[in-house]
Amino acid sequence: MDSFKDWALTAAVFVPLVGMALVMIIPKAEETAIKVTALLTSLVTLAIGIGILADFDYDNTAKMQFQVDKEWIPLINARYHLGIDGISLPLLILTMVIVPLCIIYSWNHFPEPHNPKAFLALILLLEVGMIGTFVALDLVLFFIFFEVVLLPMFFMIGVWGGPNREYASIKFFLFTLFGSALMLVAFLGIYFLSKQQTFDISTLSALEGSGIARGTQVLLFAGLFLGFAIKVPMFPFHTWLPDAHTEAPTVGSVLLAAVLLKLGTYGFVRIALPILPQGAEVWAPWIGLLSVIGIIYGALCCLAQRDMKRLIAFSSVAHMGFVMLGIATLTDFGINAAVFGMVAHGLITGMLFFVAGSMQHRYHTREMSRLGGLLVSAPKMGWILGFCAMASLGLPGLAGFWGEFPAVLSAFEPSALANGIMGNTESTLWTFRTYMVIAAIGTVLAAGYLLWMYQRVGMGEPKPEFEDAHIHDVHVDEWIAWTPLLIGIVVFGLFPNLIFSITDGAASSITRAFSG
Amino acid sequence: MPINYFLILSAFLFCAGAYGVLARRNSVLVLMSIELMLNAVNLNLVAFSTQVQNVSGQVFALFVITIAAAEVGIGLAIVLLIYRNLRSPDLDRVEQLKG
Amino acid sequence: MLDNVWIIPLIMAVSYLLILFFGRRLPKKGAEIGIVAIGASFILACITAVQWIDKVEGAVGKEGGGHSGLAALGHSVVAAATGAPEIEPVVNGFTWWQNNRVEFVVGSRVDGLVVMMLFVVTLISLLVHVYSTAYMHEDRRFTHYYAALSLFSASMLLLVISANLLQLLVGWELVGLCSFMLIGHWWEEKPNSDAALKAFLTTRTGDVGLMCGVIIVFFAANSFDISVINEYALSPEANHGLLQWASIALMFAIMGKSGQFFLHTWLPDAMAGPTPVSALIHAATMVVAGVYLGLRLYPVFWEGFSIHAGGMNMMAIIGGVTILIGAALAFVQNDIKKVLAYSTISQLGYMVMALGVGAWLGAAFHLFTHAFFKACLFLGAGSISHSATHHSFDMREMGGLRKPMPITFWTFLIGTVALAGIFPFAGFWSKDEILATADQGDFQVFMIVGLVGAAMTAAYMTRCVYLTFFGKYRGHHHPHESTPAITVPLVVLAVLSLVAGLIQSAPFEIKKFQEWFEQVGGLPEEMIVPKFDYGLAAISVSLATLAIGFAAFFFFRREERGALKGLTERNKLAHAGYRFLEKKYYLDDLYEGVIVSSVKGPIARASYWFNMHVIDGVVNGVGRGAARLGRWTYDVFDQDLVDGAVNDIGRETAMAGGGMTKLQSGRLQRYALLLLASVGIIGLAVYIVNIA
Repeated sequence: MDSFKDWALTAAVFVPLVGMALVMIIPKAEETAIKVTALLTSLVTLAIGIGILADFDYDNTAKMQFQVDKEWIPLINARYHLGIDGISLPLLILTMVIVPLCIIYSWNHFPEPHNPKAFLALILLLEVGMIGTFVALDLVLFFIFFEVVLLPMFFMIGVWGGPNREYASIKFFLFTLFGSALMLVAFLGIYFLSKQQTFDISTLSALEGSGIARGTQVLLFAGLFLGFAIKVPMFPFHTWLPDAHTEAPTVGSVLLAAVLLKLGTYGFVRIALPILPQGAEVWAPWIGLLSVIGIIYGALCCLAQRDMKRLIAFSSVAHMGFVMLGIATLTDFGINAAVFGMVAHGLITGMLFFVAGSMQHRYHTREMSRLGGLLVSAPKMGWILGFCAMASLGLPGLAGFWGEFPAVLSAFEPSALANGIMGNTESTLWTFRTYMVIAAIGTVLAAGYLLWMYQRVGMGEPKPEFEDAHIHDVHVDEWIAWTPLLIGIVVFGLFPNLIFSITDGAASSITRAFSG
Repeated sequence: MPINYFLILSAFLFCAGAYGVLARRNSVLVLMSIELMLNAVNLNLVAFSTQVQNVSGQVFALFVITIAAAEVGIGLAIVLLIYRNLRSPDLDRVEQLKG
Repeated sequence: MLDNVWIIPLIMAVSYLLILFFGRRLPKKGAEIGIVAIGASFILACITAVQWIDKVEGAVGKEGGGHSGLAALGHSVVAAATGAPEIEPVVNGFTWWQNNRVEFVVGSRVDGLVVMMLFVVTLISLLVHVYSTAYMHEDRRFTHYYAALSLFSASMLLLVISANLLQLLVGWELVGLCSFMLIGHWWEEKPNSDAALKAFLTTRTGDVGLMCGVIIVFFAANSFDISVINEYALSPEANHGLLQWASIALMFAIMGKSGQFFLHTWLPDAMAGPTPVSALIHAATMVVAGVYLGLRLYPVFWEGFSIHAGGMNMMAIIGGVTILIGAALAFVQNDIKKVLAYSTISQLGYMVMALGVGAWLGAAFHLFTHAFFKACLFLGAGSISHSATHHSFDMREMGGLRKPMPITFWTFLIGTVALAGIFPFAGFWSKDEILATADQGDFQVFMIVGLVGAAMTAAYMTRCVYLTFFGKYRGHHHPHESTPAITVPLVVLAVLSLVAGLIQSAPFEIKKFQEWFEQVGGLPEEMIVPKFDYGLAAISVSLATLAIGFAAFFFFRREERGALKGLTERNKLAHAGYRFLEKKYYLDDLYEGVIVSSVKGPIARASYWFNMHVIDGVVNGVGRGAARLGRWTYDVFDQDLVDGAVNDIGRETAMAGGGMTKLQSGRLQRYALLLLASVGIIGLAVYIVNIA
């Protein structure tokens, strides 16, 4: 335990847990102490993250680094195995950045029923789960962290949520739990069928599914698919998302959109594809199909919304469709695009939810027909909203583009053609090319609903009912919380290689199983 | 002696016991009917034991008798408590255990 | 400069940020930053052009050592292989992103076409910056306006110097964004934001084609690099099928961006933006991005559409149809900016048709000259609305402005004549280049289309000039000449409209445009270099002149009649005389009642109706339909079916649970009965199974 590489990840996972314990100890009345403790905890975690960034070996992004491998439950050969590579690193840092920003954002406006102590404790617990999921290299450990995330989110929606919060929180919980159950079955199947009877993700990935028959792989993959696809969420498993987003408090929505959804896609890239390559090949065209349906369908649903937050929630369905399309192609382009898309979506949609939340705080409504003239009442916020809408519709030069374009590109030439369920190479190829065109049309729809939203909310004159209302422009704490995200959107848009150079090596190592 | 006689007798005893358990309201009578059913089983055990020349059946029967004794003890205690609380041995009035 | 041309867009990008963050605090509200930046860019663009020309001349004529000092500045100029007419473009770049260890670079590329575009964009942008100081004076969002102009210039220049298609895509979308921002500059009024949305969405529809086209080309040529792609398209191993798909996809992009038939409807609406923006973005620069794409990737289209085979192809047909549709619509507009907008559509049709008939040089040359005279016309229209009609563009409120606004009048007239293609103004030379190529290639049909288009152009522009500058003033303000900030750019553009064509004037043995700017590396070798055809030139000029004369005759007649009409309303005798006079005019009836009014009336109106109802109707219908479909999917499918299924499962479980509670009665004997019954059923089942 002398070198930073040995304890960094463990610390990153458990510092928030310690912070949570501290928050629990402090008496409820001392709110400032509670807030400061929570913020400091998340900042310490971020500092560890920066240390990891500095110490990461960027020449070997495919290799697992910062590994910790200790015996944990010898009976079932489950180990305490942590490690990160080029795919986990961007997501890990994203999580570490988002959490302190959320704490700062909620500094002065905790949603009803207030109670910052419980709220912050839950956020820190959530951070434990999220970080843990991204660094776990053991299926059991992964599953535990994956489930840890559920609980705080459930309470966040259920306690601090909107009027329909009970329905939304229970729906969220049940839906996800249903998926996890099947996922657990698939994990057990992998454990018993793999040659070495192990839960270790790196070992299993190295085996590339050898020893598990093709038909079995297909079944096991279906189990994993349900577990992860519900989390993503893919069409038609998405219906929990709009409800959860609409009812969740602002910070909850931000965390949900920015990080929680990525747990699903990350699961695909880290577990489902490398461990069950043959299963992935069979399912890929169908995943692609659901992805493009999600892209178009999410966009169409957006066009029908009156509630701003619900619109952004449906846009998440469409955007995660692009991410999943990239993954479904099983190519380097696709997986690089998917990871970039996850980060970009985290920054952009997180920002959109922040703005939507701030607007709700000021106008006390999210009904778009009642809003309008934000550019007049609060010009800075109006500009920020416009900027985020542009980023979200995939304007080149901003981060959103780099998740979208390479994903569409990758669909032109998917790998593992011959093994597709259609049987022959040609038909799989043309299936994916059709997906490519449909996804490209999805970008037009995206522009349509986002600009339409912006026109109704941002442009025009303020509505009479809010003419006299004093609408504050962006507050100081909002500036602090938003600036890093805004900078990230621009910087990653201008220099995409900041992320691509990290993910590239790891993505190639994942797709090696498919290139043969 | 053919084993059928024993089996018919035990079936009769069991049915009588089952009827008592299901139909009687008095809890003491229900307990006694349970005894009847247990003894029907005992009869079966002993009969089969002699038939197949294996002593383990009789050992089981002894066990059943012992346990039946214990059961009656506990059962009577419960009946007593029911009576004390409800002022009646009527089983139909014991229905708080529903969902 | 040839190596470091990326500095030019960078200057503009920096200027954008500076204006955005500090503009408000400056005395001129940020305009000074914009003007200085674009001025610097213009100077750098000129230096680049001089160095490039120097390089070209050095390679072609061996004695060309006159500018060796300047050549030394561009230190990386590699001497082209002696005698080879092909001059290598200067390309450099740095890593932008990577995939599977393959690195994609972002970089700059300088060749003849780029130099030409740099010059045009920076020059017109500079003039518009200057012009706007007066025109946008005291605007609500003056600073934001200048910031957006800077951002636009940066994006357009980025697009122009792109070394690869991905970078071009970035610039392409960014100019679209700026167009959106500037069309919707006065977003408080709904029609403006509607127009902005329409423009963005229509061009974005075309961008689906660009995205797909770029992807197909990437997988065909295995590179985003423009030189590599062009080389591939011309090489024998090119995959014709893929290139054909790519060409069709890219054609959609051109149609969206360059306002070609049937994606052109956004362009007239885009006139909701400030007039200098219309001149810069919707006439001279952004809308020609589509044509620029065609020029840039010409070998792809050449191969994909089999242009060398002659006859018909999608590109030429769309261009030709656009020429006629645009020109016909320009007749019926009352808004001067809309006349110019439809004229722009028609002229862009010329450029696209030129590409389709193999006239690469003609397209580039027309792009070059059109930028000057169309910007001149738009800025002239702006000058009128600024100083004469108080921000109205309705020609019914103009008239007789020749006297109070002489500079505006003369510059507008020069622009008109150049647009009509009268010798020796700029439009004549470029139009002639296109027509000659179409004639000498195998594209006679399109030559005729071009001639008809030229005649129509001349006629509607005459109508426009007449309604604006002749007759009586019909407005309610006090027209006066505009300030120098407005008139100086007009004069500069008018001079250029006069002389720009002369750099490629065959009869005078000047072929500088071809010599300097055709050197782009990798153009099809079979491309025809047209000979100057005196007969064709004579026909086109006389057609245009005839059209002008005819239209002028018609309109001046009407003025006379209009004067008489005024008289007839006062005097019954005069009224009778007027009727009598009218009846004498059989010629008038023929011209007016049959030919002109059928073209001007039903035909043009029908095409306008078609435009507004069918095409626009489809666009709106698709939008509305998508919204309705969205609503339907959401209501019926999402909320009822998918969500309903989820809710139903929950409800069923709850109901089943409710049913089960009845079983748990709390009665011991009922439990016992159940127990016995179950045992019985199970016993029966086991029995049956054992028998079977």
